[in-house]
Amino acid sequence: MTVHAQQAKRHIKRSFSDQLINVLTYIVYALFAFVCLYPFYYLIINSISANDLSERGKVLFWPQNIHFTNYKNLAGIPGLPDAALMSVLRTVVGTALTVIIAAFLGYMFTRQSLWKRKLWYRFVAVTMYFNAGVIPWYLAMKTLGMTNNFWGYIFPTIIQPFYIILCKTYCESVPQALQDAAEIDGAGTLRVFFSIMLPVIKPILATIAIFAAVNQWNAFQDTLLLMRDKKLYTLQFVLYQYINQASSLKAIISSGSTTTNMAAVLATAATATSIRMTVTVVVVIPVMLIYPFFQRFFTKGIMIGAVKG
Amino acid sequence: MQKAERRINYKRRRSIREFLYILPFLILVALFSYFPLYGWIYAFHDYQPPFPISSETFVGFKWFNFIISNPTRVKDILRVLRNTFAMSGISLLFSWFPMIFAVFLNEIRCKPYRKFVQTATTLPNFISWVLVFSIAFNVFSSTGAVNVVLQDLGLISKPIAFLKSSDHVWFRMWLWLTWKNAGWAAIMYLAAIAGIDEQMIEAAKVDGATRMQIIWKITIPSILPTFFVIVMLNIASFLNNGMEQYYVFQNAFNKEYIEVLDLYVYNIATSGTGNYPLSTAISILKSVVSVALLAGANGISKLIRGEGFI
Repeated sequence: MTVHAQQAKRHIKRSFSDQLINVLTYIVYALFAFVCLYPFYYLIINSISANDLSERGKVLFWPQNIHFTNYKNLAGIPGLPDAALMSVLRTVVGTALTVIIAAFLGYMFTRQSLWKRKLWYRFVAVTMYFNAGVIPWYLAMKTLGMTNNFWGYIFPTIIQPFYIILCKTYCESVPQALQDAAEIDGAGTLRVFFSIMLPVIKPILATIAIFAAVNQWNAFQDTLLLMRDKKLYTLQFVLYQYINQASSLKAIISSGSTTTNMAAVLATAATATSIRMTVTVVVVIPVMLIYPFFQRFFTKGIMIGAVKG
Repeated sequence: MQKAERRINYKRRRSIREFLYILPFLILVALFSYFPLYGWIYAFHDYQPPFPISSETFVGFKWFNFIISNPTRVKDILRVLRNTFAMSGISLLFSWFPMIFAVFLNEIRCKPYRKFVQTATTLPNFISWVLVFSIAFNVFSSTGAVNVVLQDLGLISKPIAFLKSSDHVWFRMWLWLTWKNAGWAAIMYLAAIAGIDEQMIEAAKVDGATRMQIIWKITIPSILPTFFVIVMLNIASFLNNGMEQYYVFQNAFNKEYIEVLDLYVYNIATSGTGNYPLSTAISILKSVVSVALLAGANGISKLIRGEGFI
């Protein structure tokens, strides 16, 4: 056998095993993607299919007897529109404040002129590493008047050391000459921040905004611990109640349908399943909608978790 | 002379003024991050919520002793510790999974497909545990997709109560955690893989290395430092499973196995008569151990990598 033939043989063998790996990876990753996506698809098709079919688990692949009554009905469920408003409100207010505070403190901690700069920076950064525990935290929030109060969603969450460190690192990468030039022209600390730094650090602020918004939208524990007033419940909390307290849903359903058992009514009458699924879709949709836009921030975002304090 | 003095004055005034700008935020940090620590004193008192604590309610280390002296409490604590160790242990044991996930994802040559897989598997990371639970509830209920398909295929004769059972709770909790986080955790490894020198891989190819050889000899060794940091971070947060996942998934059937420390601390304070001091005492012990673990993991990291992660 010549050297060439040997080489060719080895090459064939190699490409065969490579091909095998190829095929296997494609199949396995298709499975992963399916497992991650199908539940969302399942909920969406069920929420628009005939309710009596989805109640019996008959809707698996595509929607059947499409109707949108479930979505129309949501507006009439007591407490639900309020919860939606509360979720949106805390997301908007909380995100705006988190971002502007992270930007401002991140910038201020780069100012050499700031009195005791390093001390204050550590004072803020070290809070990442400790946590008083649920009950001491709750008692403190109670003392501060944060229970049954919308600001209980905001104040405890708006100072995030991770984001501040991120902004500080970003500000440090901006040429000092830019600030110096503005200061020679007579701009003060705040003026430099608002007119020079804020526009320059926009990319990092976009990343922070998206992660802060997702966190605010998803928050559940603070409602659980702090809020007793039903008016302050968020969508996440209401959805949890719908799943875990069957009684809360029964009241809604019985008040809505005292009609006869005609097939047409059955297909659109609200059931516990239909309400649960529809609310879930409504809570998921905002995240799925902004998702494509924030994908490009992923790598930056994961660094939020890996950044060195 | 005067001019220089004025400049120093100006500088000092500016430095104080800048401090005043950040002062409101420092006060917020003090109130919302440091002030809760003051609550630790409740662990040393016989505290019953509406009545304030005073020198008369002071009981010293009573609640700390209570943890180790009361037999039913000891049993409870051991059970909760077992659950915590089991859940964190499984996570630690499988912490290689996102890395391998990233390595083979990177082997997919068709870019749109790779992007699609990455997008699909990262999505669950951005939904809350309540939504994960809702999905679990709808897909795994007795009329949910999983039971319906299994019944149609004739694999089971009656629906399995997946969520209302105590079987394999630890492993199933790990599966949900992985479903939610693996795609996201893989991104860090993908970034590390992207940083590998192309020339090294090209050279290996010219020398006739197979893909598996390249993966084993080049890709994985190059991203091991990242893996190491992740493992150390996992060790540092061994006791901090968080309570949200376990809170939403807990029910009367699986409580025995699902209660981790973070959830237990919440449950003993909110259920029944509500024992605030005991809950706080356990929180304190947990914090102390966590700090020690963090310092330890950081120390190991310094020893091996030459730098810590704090």
